Amino acid sequence: MAGLAVLLFVVTICLLAPVYAGHIAHVNPFASNLQGTTTVNGKVVSVLQANTQGLGFGVTPIGPTWNISHYFLGADNQGRDVFARLLYGGRTSLFIGTVSALICVLVASVLGVVAGYFGGVIDWILSRIFDILWAFPIYLLAISLSVVLLTSGLNVGPVHVGPGSMALPIIIIAAVFVPYVARPLRGIVLSLREREFIQAAIGSGASDVRILLKEILPNVAPSIIVFFPLMVAFDMLTESALSFLSIGVQPPAASWGTIINDGLGLLYTRPWVALAPGIMIVITAGSLNILGDGARDAFDPKAKLRGSI
Amino acid sequence: MAWRGAKVLLATLTAASGALVAASASTAASSSDTAFTYQPAHAGGTIKLLASTAGGTLDPQVNYTLQYWQLYQATYDGLVTFRKVSGAHSFDIVPDLATAMPKLTNGGKTYTFTLRKGIKFSNGAAVTVNDVKASLQRLFKVSNPNAGTWYSAIVGSSACLKTPATCTLAGGVVVNAATNSVVINLSAPDPEFLDQLAVPFGAVLPASAPAKDSGTTPIPGTGAYMFSKYDPNSQLTMKRNPYFKVWSAAAQPQGYPTEIDMVFGGTVESEVTAVENGQGNWVFDPIPSDRLSELSTKYATQLHVNPLTAIWYLPMNTNLAPFNNLLAREAVNYAIDKSAAVKLFGGTQLAQPVCTILPPGFPGHVDFCAFQKGMGTSYAGPDLAKAKALVKKSGTAGMSVGLVVTNDSVNMAVGQYVQSVLNSIGYKATLKPLSANIQFNYIQNTKNKVQISLTQWYQDYPAASDFIKVLLSCSGFHPGSDNSINIAGYCNKSIDAKMQSAETMSLTNPAAANTLWGQIDKQLMTTVAPWVPLFTPKQIDFVSSKVGNYQFSRQFYMYVDQLWLK
Repeated sequence: MAGLAVLLFVVTICLLAPVYAGHIAHVNPFASNLQGTTTVNGKVVSVLQANTQGLGFGVTPIGPTWNISHYFLGADNQGRDVFARLLYGGRTSLFIGTVSALICVLVASVLGVVAGYFGGVIDWILSRIFDILWAFPIYLLAISLSVVLLTSGLNVGPVHVGPGSMALPIIIIAAVFVPYVARPLRGIVLSLREREFIQAAIGSGASDVRILLKEILPNVAPSIIVFFPLMVAFDMLTESALSFLSIGVQPPAASWGTIINDGLGLLYTRPWVALAPGIMIVITAGSLNILGDGARDAFDPKAKLRGSI
Repeated sequence: MAWRGAKVLLATLTAASGALVAASASTAASSSDTAFTYQPAHAGGTIKLLASTAGGTLDPQVNYTLQYWQLYQATYDGLVTFRKVSGAHSFDIVPDLATAMPKLTNGGKTYTFTLRKGIKFSNGAAVTVNDVKASLQRLFKVSNPNAGTWYSAIVGSSACLKTPATCTLAGGVVVNAATNSVVINLSAPDPEFLDQLAVPFGAVLPASAPAKDSGTTPIPGTGAYMFSKYDPNSQLTMKRNPYFKVWSAAAQPQGYPTEIDMVFGGTVESEVTAVENGQGNWVFDPIPSDRLSELSTKYATQLHVNPLTAIWYLPMNTNLAPFNNLLAREAVNYAIDKSAAVKLFGGTQLAQPVCTILPPGFPGHVDFCAFQKGMGTSYAGPDLAKAKALVKKSGTAGMSVGLVVTNDSVNMAVGQYVQSVLNSIGYKATLKPLSANIQFNYIQNTKNKVQISLTQWYQDYPAASDFIKVLLSCSGFHPGSDNSINIAGYCNKSIDAKMQSAETMSLTNPAAANTLWGQIDKQLMTTVAPWVPLFTPKQIDFVSSKVGNYQFSRQFYMYVDQLWLK
């Protein structure tokens, strides 16, 4: 419940990002604001402030004002409101994490169930595909695909995904995690297939589609439901990593990963720019994991999921 | 030259902005105005230079980056060179491999040099007049970036430009082994020819050097140091040239370190930290803005700031949509806030906005500012409303625009800002960061269809032609080549003719020639607007507390070989 409550809180405030940016902070978190000003303690100050110490070199963004109405967490090196970007970044990261997890779990469920039920050549072919994808370290595969597709986009038949599109990281992240869901599901289906009620259904002349939909799927569904929040966490972390490396979400769009990347150049002067999204990632991933554990306990306390990814 | 390829040449620079700040914690080597005085007690040790990426090819006749031109001054020599000294005299041209300055005859079209005897390359082979001739021929064989501009003055060059592989420069370079003479004939007098021989492109290499870009394979040189190893993924190593003996301290002084390593791969933030901790001795890359405050307070004595004649600018591809449309180019010029870009570089102490091609204080510079809010000769700010109106009028609104930048923190920050501005005026801009190791050549090659990029240009020598002719004449534009330094791809024969007139005029009336260059600058910026000039920077050198004898040349920048370890 705690995990769910925290997650709901994070999702809610992120969804309210346009309200915060437009009506409370009055900022555009995607446009540079290098010459902008703001009011701190009644005084109008520049968002980017020239250094007046020593030789007087350098310009530093304003630090956290701890005033919710403007620059709560300060500004980044483009003069943008960090807190507003944090909320928008959460929308992006959670959206990509959720959609890619949905696609991953859907595709993996179909492939895993088909492989486990039909066996034979179909199982052999699908299992080998899983093995090949599994052989690559996840992040290496995701990075390689991102670097290639970021230049020219994805063109498969009539499907065209532009290089800057958010659909690209969604597709890449979904694809690389498919084996990690499909294989355990395949294992579950393999053991289910030998159960008496399945054999009885087969013996009674039920079609494969009927058996899959009426017998197999209801028994696999709890595992799928448990996988989902865990995959959202993993996918969100992967998206953050890709965006941190500048090969996920592209600027000026915000995601927690891109904000951490922006904050790298400000670690010495404005560490909150990198810390804040990092803390949000930890909180969100943690609450998703707790949610997943809770779901597992609710559906089947004795169920053992596949080991760590 | 460009930053990661920009050679800076300080001419009659007047410190237009800010004061020169140079503080050194150690006693510098004594030097007269004419040469350094070597102090053998300080010799030895390894100097560690830090750069986030390599600077491309090691070939001195191909590489056009400051990163390696700063090293070439200690590894290669030409017939003449710029005096190796700090201060105003670092622009003087002095004899190097030649015994004396050339004798000029034939109305200034014939240069006669006598080659010094007894000088050897780092492979032990003696330097001969045949090496000099072969080196000049090789400029065309390797498609040197300025083969068609600077060196096209040499008789026989037109055949070399047509068929580089068989270049002989017949009639252009005549050598005599018996008298050790080298005679160079030009088709017309050229007051900048000695400057063009003095830069690293004019290095004398062994005649056996390959007739193609040598890439990562070092070519033997005659300098105090030689390149012993080069792995662009990790390190470039320079060691003392075992065959070097000082023949002229003004041309090629003895160096102090036994070894000079340029180490690649760290982030600029880590490089700065390494130098603070004494684990590195110098940072090549632009200092990230967030470290400048720290450096200018806690490490002020290790920070050296020198004025430059250089420019950060955005060349727009005049042959590719949307910037093949003049209105679109004008719109971007109106939209970009140069003062904002100055902030991202580190503030007004370190850079000043510019509106012209020729930087302030440079021969030929004229104060004007075409695209800004209001009228006036100095920059007053952007005019976004006008920019948006121009984009709409041009019919290019909504087009996708890719901005190619290098992926270091300062260039990325300026790139993000420009992307934001392009989006605000109606384009769909994407940022394409590339490693500095490849970005400069990438943006030159028309095959890559680069619409707009962020780059830098530093003077090669103090002449207006080094900016305007090199960067915006037809002879600097080579479609499909990695060496097409006219990145905007602008070619106009009538403006080229004016450039030629200015060059010819400089022989008899340099002042009038500079006035004409100023007019050409204004014409290009107001009627063509091929670039968005952003700002002129200062050079910031951050050295570790373990090194001493920081010496700065207006031509070569910091002398890496004159640093000593304390």
